[in-house]
Amino acid sequence: MRAPMMRSLTMRSPLVRAAAVLPFGLGALLAAAPAAAAASPSPALSGSAGTAPVTTAGTTFLTATPLPAGRTAAVSASTGDYLYWAFAASEGQTDTVHVTVTLPPSADRHGAQTWSVEVFDGLRRRQSCTAGPQNAAADTGTASVSMSCALRQIRSWAEPWSGDPLPGTYYVRLSVADVPQQDLGLAAQVKLQVSAKGGADNAQPEGGELKAPLVPPVNAGSTAAPDATAAAPSAKPSAPASASAAPGTVEVAAPAEPESHWYSGLFSGWNTRWYWTVAGGALAALAGVWGYTLTRHPRGRRPAGPAPVPPQAPAPQHPQYRS
Amino acid sequence: MTTTRRRTATRAAGLLSALAISAGMLLGTLPAHADEPSGTAAATTEAPKVDLVLDVSGSMRATDIEGRSRISVAQQSIGEVIDALPAETEFGIRTLGATYPGNDKAEGCKDTRQLYPVGKTNKVEAKTAVATLRPTGWTPIGLALRGAAQDLGNGPTTRRVVLITDGEDSCAPPDPCEVARELASQGINLVVDTLGLAHDDKTRQQLLCIANATGGTYTDVRTKEQLTDKVKQLVNRAGETYRVTPAKVAGADACPNAPVLRPGVYSDREKFSEHRVYRVPVKAGEELRASVSVTPDRAVARDYGVLLLATDTRGQELVRGTDAGSGRTDVASTGLRWSAPAADEDATPSPSGNGTAGSAGSADKVVCLVVSNSFAAQAGVQAEPGLPVELTVDVAKASPSPDGPAMGLGRGWILLLVLTLAGLLAGLVFGWVARWRIAVWREN
Repeated sequence: MRAPMMRSLTMRSPLVRAAAVLPFGLGALLAAAPAAAAASPSPALSGSAGTAPVTTAGTTFLTATPLPAGRTAAVSASTGDYLYWAFAASEGQTDTVHVTVTLPPSADRHGAQTWSVEVFDGLRRRQSCTAGPQNAAADTGTASVSMSCALRQIRSWAEPWSGDPLPGTYYVRLSVADVPQQDLGLAAQVKLQVSAKGGADNAQPEGGELKAPLVPPVNAGSTAAPDATAAAPSAKPSAPASASAAPGTVEVAAPAEPESHWYSGLFSGWNTRWYWTVAGGALAALAGVWGYTLTRHPRGRRPAGPAPVPPQAPAPQHPQYRS
Repeated sequence: MTTTRRRTATRAAGLLSALAISAGMLLGTLPAHADEPSGTAAATTEAPKVDLVLDVSGSMRATDIEGRSRISVAQQSIGEVIDALPAETEFGIRTLGATYPGNDKAEGCKDTRQLYPVGKTNKVEAKTAVATLRPTGWTPIGLALRGAAQDLGNGPTTRRVVLITDGEDSCAPPDPCEVARELASQGINLVVDTLGLAHDDKTRQQLLCIANATGGTYTDVRTKEQLTDKVKQLVNRAGETYRVTPAKVAGADACPNAPVLRPGVYSDREKFSEHRVYRVPVKAGEELRASVSVTPDRAVARDYGVLLLATDTRGQELVRGTDAGSGRTDVASTGLRWSAPAADEDATPSPSGNGTAGSAGSADKVVCLVVSNSFAAQAGVQAEPGLPVELTVDVAKASPSPDGPAMGLGRGWILLLVLTLAGLLAGLVFGWVARWRIAVWREN
């Protein structure tokens, strides 16, 4: 195959072919990339089409109502209730919780009250808010208060000893931090929304991966025999990390699992680095070809002129060669 | 000349194939995805159970809710709630002060009876039973709560009591709040939600105390709609969350005799300043995740804290989680993660002789979890039983530190520039080498 091809080719053709093939290969790669990127769902973007608001709220961490992405919660509550919602956050996301509370009628109230929104991660560790008034005070004349809490960006990996935000379940707790006791129990209306921006491409550290998201178990535990400490099956697959919704079981707000493909074991996913690297490779190849041509004589002149002398070649060779 | 051409072509092809090979190697060395175990929750067959405790004492005659009597508002609301009952919910009604009209306190304070048993509800019957009630007697709330707990029976799921009353208990002892705390500490997963129809401080205090002691809510009812909506909400909440019941466990005071926990949720009681210790075995290459919540179910001092400490069996601290705060709160929680050392790291120290953790499985490390709180009781608050503690234990695959950015791929204009310059340089070098070789060939 090789010999006839070589014979038929002109001097120029290998270069032309190389230059012609590269863009095609590059095009194919680039065309494949967005398709694969689109296949891995980002929970932040998937459920933006809002449906009916969630009308319930939990009263403990365990009973926190899961709040799907993009959905709002509208709940009638009593002043003094501790209301819990759970939402799922995946790496690279920056979530913001917005809460608006319509307070009880001013006539029924006896003094100022302070509402507070707090966010906890899947391990019930308090998460700092980077922005937003987390607390709002209202005197008796105020009709409603608004609060918000912007979380830190969810990291893809963090040391076990750190308290950094990681992919998994997040809990929102809305409570009244300070209120005259006579005002407890009065009806209030709560609106809550969790918005997310950013995606896995922004996740830090790059290449980091949390093997299992911080989704807490919700099933009752069981104690092992005290003597069996060493041999106890510590990580039995009873861990309900992924909540398969059997009827009546507790729903857990877990980040969506990435879709698994035939290449999932080999390849962890597309990101913009692929475009940059492939483009860099293509540029390097083109530059290489160009650099190669620079060192050659212009084609027409080679047989004719004395120009194509390589620097190493001594001058007297030419007459010898021609003759 | 033909040989030269052939060589050039070969080189160009070689360059391409080298690129292809290196791309293939990149793909081959990517890390594998962890596969998640898909768990199934234990299926319980019990239905959600709600018992409505309705105060039918004489004071319910008062007409102060939108100009109507308390009892008629309550009756109408309950009728609407019964109409809207979810199909699976088992619903019952208990009354207090419904039968004894006399003035004898001893008799009046025994006056609580089951109006409609907890079970599948015949809506017409239940509504008729409620509609025939007439405000009569005393207010034995404590006794009624005990009765409601009996009506609901014992079982693995959470039961809910909805208490609608307009007055403070006129029959203590037993103090209803103490009854509530006693019921909660018996481990029968009872939640009491209270709804107050009167707005005096004493009633409010008592109902708040009952709700607080059992993890329920308190609502100050001002309108009929509010009452109806709230009771409906509570009944629905019962249906949604009744299966969430932690396993009871009793932590020890020291690690060697502490209970060994598998992944799951546990509940315990911890007194003020008490330490409770649990053990969790963690295999090499696994990560322990634990969280704890301590609930102040009685009057506590303003500032508080909670500490979850993980130590090894010799008492060496591994990691701690802590949280503190002040003011009104329902819970103080914290959590921690801890990764067991990888298997190969662990294998080296164990033959050297400090295998105190275990003899059979040397790869297992036992972690002791110490739960302590710094809640302080207000004056006159009883210390027994301890504060409710909820402990969550999970063991997951450990996540090793990342190797570096994105499998060696790069990003940015500098990268493009460097690659292009490298390519150019390579092209020039190849070109010069080729020319030099041509020259040599021509010479010979």
